[in-house]
Amino acid sequence: MSQPSKPTTEASVAAQPDTSETGDRAGRRRRKSAATVNALDGIGGLGAPAPDSFLSVRDLRVHFPTDDGLVKSVDGLSFDLSRGKTLGIVGESGSGKSVTSMAIMGLHKPGTVQMTGSIRLDGQELVGSSPEAVRLLRGKKMAMIFQDPLSAMHPFYTVGHQIVEAYRMHNDVSTSVAKKHAVEMLDRVGIPQASSRVDDYPHQFSGGMRQRAMIAMALSCSPDLLIADEPTTALDVTVQAQILDLVRDLQSEFNSAVIIITHDLGVVAELSDDIMVMYAGRAVEYAAAEEVFERPKHPYTWGLLSSMPRLDRARIDRLRPIPGAPPSLINVPSGCPFHPRCAYADRTGGLSQSQRPPLEEKAPGHYAACHLTPEQRTAIWETDIKPTL
Amino acid sequence: MTASTAPSPDTAATRGDALLRVTNLTKHFPIRRGLLQRTVGAVQAVDGLNFEVAKGETLSLVGESGCGKTTTGRMLTRLIEPTDGLLEFEGRDVTHISMRQLRPLRRDVQMIFQDPYGSLNPRHTVGTIVGAPFKLQNIKTEKGIKRSVQDLLELVGLSPEHYNRYPHEFSGGQRQRIGIARSLALRPKLIVADEPVSALDVSIQAQVINLLEDLQNEFDLTYVVIAHDLSVVRHMSDRVAVMYLGKLVEVAGRDELYTRPMHPYTTALMSAVPVPDTSRRTKRERIRLTGDVPSPINPPPACRFNTRCWKAQEVCRTIEPPLVELAPGHQVACHFPENPDGPAAGPVLLDTPRTRDDDATA
Ligand SMILES: Nc1ncnc2c1ncn2[C@@H]1O[C@H](COP(=O)(O)OP(=O)(O)OP(=O)(O)O)[C@@H](O)[C@H]1O
Ligand SMILES: Nc1ncnc2c1ncn2[C@@H]1O[C@H](COP(=O)(O)OP(=O)(O)O)[C@@H](O)[C@H]1O
Ligand code: SF4
Ligand code: SF4
Ligand SMILES: [Mg+2]
Ligand SMILES: [Mg+2]
Repeated sequence: MSQPSKPTTEASVAAQPDTSETGDRAGRRRRKSAATVNALDGIGGLGAPAPDSFLSVRDLRVHFPTDDGLVKSVDGLSFDLSRGKTLGIVGESGSGKSVTSMAIMGLHKPGTVQMTGSIRLDGQELVGSSPEAVRLLRGKKMAMIFQDPLSAMHPFYTVGHQIVEAYRMHNDVSTSVAKKHAVEMLDRVGIPQASSRVDDYPHQFSGGMRQRAMIAMALSCSPDLLIADEPTTALDVTVQAQILDLVRDLQSEFNSAVIIITHDLGVVAELSDDIMVMYAGRAVEYAAAEEVFERPKHPYTWGLLSSMPRLDRARIDRLRPIPGAPPSLINVPSGCPFHPRCAYADRTGGLSQSQRPPLEEKAPGHYAACHLTPEQRTAIWETDIKPTL
Repeated sequence: MTASTAPSPDTAATRGDALLRVTNLTKHFPIRRGLLQRTVGAVQAVDGLNFEVAKGETLSLVGESGCGKTTTGRMLTRLIEPTDGLLEFEGRDVTHISMRQLRPLRRDVQMIFQDPYGSLNPRHTVGTIVGAPFKLQNIKTEKGIKRSVQDLLELVGLSPEHYNRYPHEFSGGQRQRIGIARSLALRPKLIVADEPVSALDVSIQAQVINLLEDLQNEFDLTYVVIAHDLSVVRHMSDRVAVMYLGKLVEVAGRDELYTRPMHPYTTALMSAVPVPDTSRRTKRERIRLTGDVPSPINPPPACRFNTRCWKAQEVCRTIEPPLVELAPGHQVACHFPENPDGPAAGPVLLDTPRTRDDDATA
């Protein structure tokens, strides 16, 4: 795909129906690249969901009307995810990661939110479905691990009781069978003396144990889609490593599709097949994990990689932060939302300030939303960024 | 946090110009039960620390949640009184000094708190918050408090116009800057920064780290940084002290520690750090610590790490390994240290294939 010849907004292109032609192209792309997901809202319109995709999100918009104005938390997001694969979503706090996962799980309160676009889970459309219909999918079809385990667990019921309830909702078994399953699950996630700890209340668990118990709960029905929203942010590295192992093991066992949301680039590098970098409610880069780390194409991704101190590299004397702060989602900057913080915004002949760059395929299976020309991009990456990482 | 041209940090504290020295520093929190609030036990939060901080250096305290980092920081700033041991600042014993005597110490030693959200009073303006130390200490500044506060705001990269705004109007990174401005008001000599960047996004985190670095150079500050992110710690520190369950298990110069970690716990911590490099994920062998940190109410006997250590022998459960110098400026508390014969190959030990099984068969 080449640069657009005329200005185009994601809204206008995203709404176009797909054609068999773009569908074919999507198919070829998939074969060419290691990517198992495709963001296809480039200039040619949305591609049809990949035939093997279990979750297909198209032009998702989630807006919250507030006293201060309309908060555009998610503003035109598209991706595919197949079973057995992991998509890592990274971005600064407030970039819309949690709002996206809550939208998939159907956890936004109706009436407080304006949601458009499409979320297809195993062929079933979730946007516009009744809350009851979506609720029935939670547990078996999809489950979520939250950043704060206490928010997902009821303080008045034992950990075991909560796993039993979740399990029995989708499995026609007796309480005692379900309880045995709960003990097994707690054991699997490394809770010591699971058969007695199963009767503990959440507050009797340490932070790491609670996180593991919530994972046991989320995985008790072997969900087809697991969304892990910052599952390890509050944890120590040693516990984090245990949790990541667990997600990996259980995924390979159940062949689940996994979305892992985090702002830790190390964590996504460990787990993801594909990575989507979000900024201000949109995807700015989207590709196979190796591509994003070895040939990143968006200045924001460059900034993220440059600003972090890295243990796997020689120590540098000075970090290179991204200047400024993430934008307000009520008054999103004109043109490219990253332009006020971007070191290259003055190299696009004013496009960065005036036109929103669409997410386009810059290399096979590798999407980015940026106005820089391929030559500029290669030159900057090779000379300014790569040697300093 | 000094530039790489600075003299070897390993020897900084041994030159004799220690700004701060702690000897057997201990904090036990009593556990009370029942109607009479009888003491039934104690949380051994910090247990017998010995270390020094040289003027101008950055010493980091690292370790897992609950290992006693914040408690140590609060003792160093004398926000809490040690249960036992000796705390000396500029050669003076300040372990048990009274509230009145504390006032000058409060000027010299400041703390930046772990939580940029919780540590700022939401009902106070930025001007009030940053100017509070002047009021508390009854200090008249040359240009008046307002001007001084505005200078401080500029110093940390905020705008003087922020003077009348409230904390909720600021982002996490900006709030952390407000906390830093407040800590700088009285031109302290030592700043204890408790997880100064862990609540911040990477891009903002780098801004705040650079700010702390600039301020250190400009005002000749000494830092004790409390952190659990080992990448951040390596970037910021001259020396690093690793804590486990209330005790120091390893203290060394930054480069020494990261090329030659000797305590098994330190090597386990380092190998658990996820690195942003997809090419490493298949290659990397990890040391997996199982289980949680034991309770500090009832810590394991002798070496406190023995319940999770893959090298533990009987002696580890019976005789406590003392913190001793095994290489110049490198102290370790372990009966069977790692890398005893010199630095590991490579800049860091991330790829060392070392697991429980390997060791059992070795
Ligand atoms: N006031 C107190 N009363 C009783 N126990 C306490 C008190 N303050 C801290 N503790 C306990 O002392 C131990 C050390 O706590 P501390 O806050 O120093 O940990 P930390 O290393 O800073 O952990 P984190 O990384 O989670 O901040 C913990 O077990 C904690 O529960
Ligand atoms: N219920 C809500 N009402 C209004 N704004 C919201 C609501 N939920 C989230 N937001 C806003 O949406 C943006 C994205 O939030 P979120 O998805 O939680 O970010 P993150 O990427 O950190 O997970 C933020 O600006 C947040 O304040
Ligand atoms: S479009 Fe312009 S401002 Fe946006 S990332 Fe690209 S160069 Fe930077
Ligand atoms: S003393 Fe023994 S148990 Fe403790 S760290 Fe060393 S080898 Fe492990
Ligand atoms: Mg979130
Ligand atoms: Mg703490």
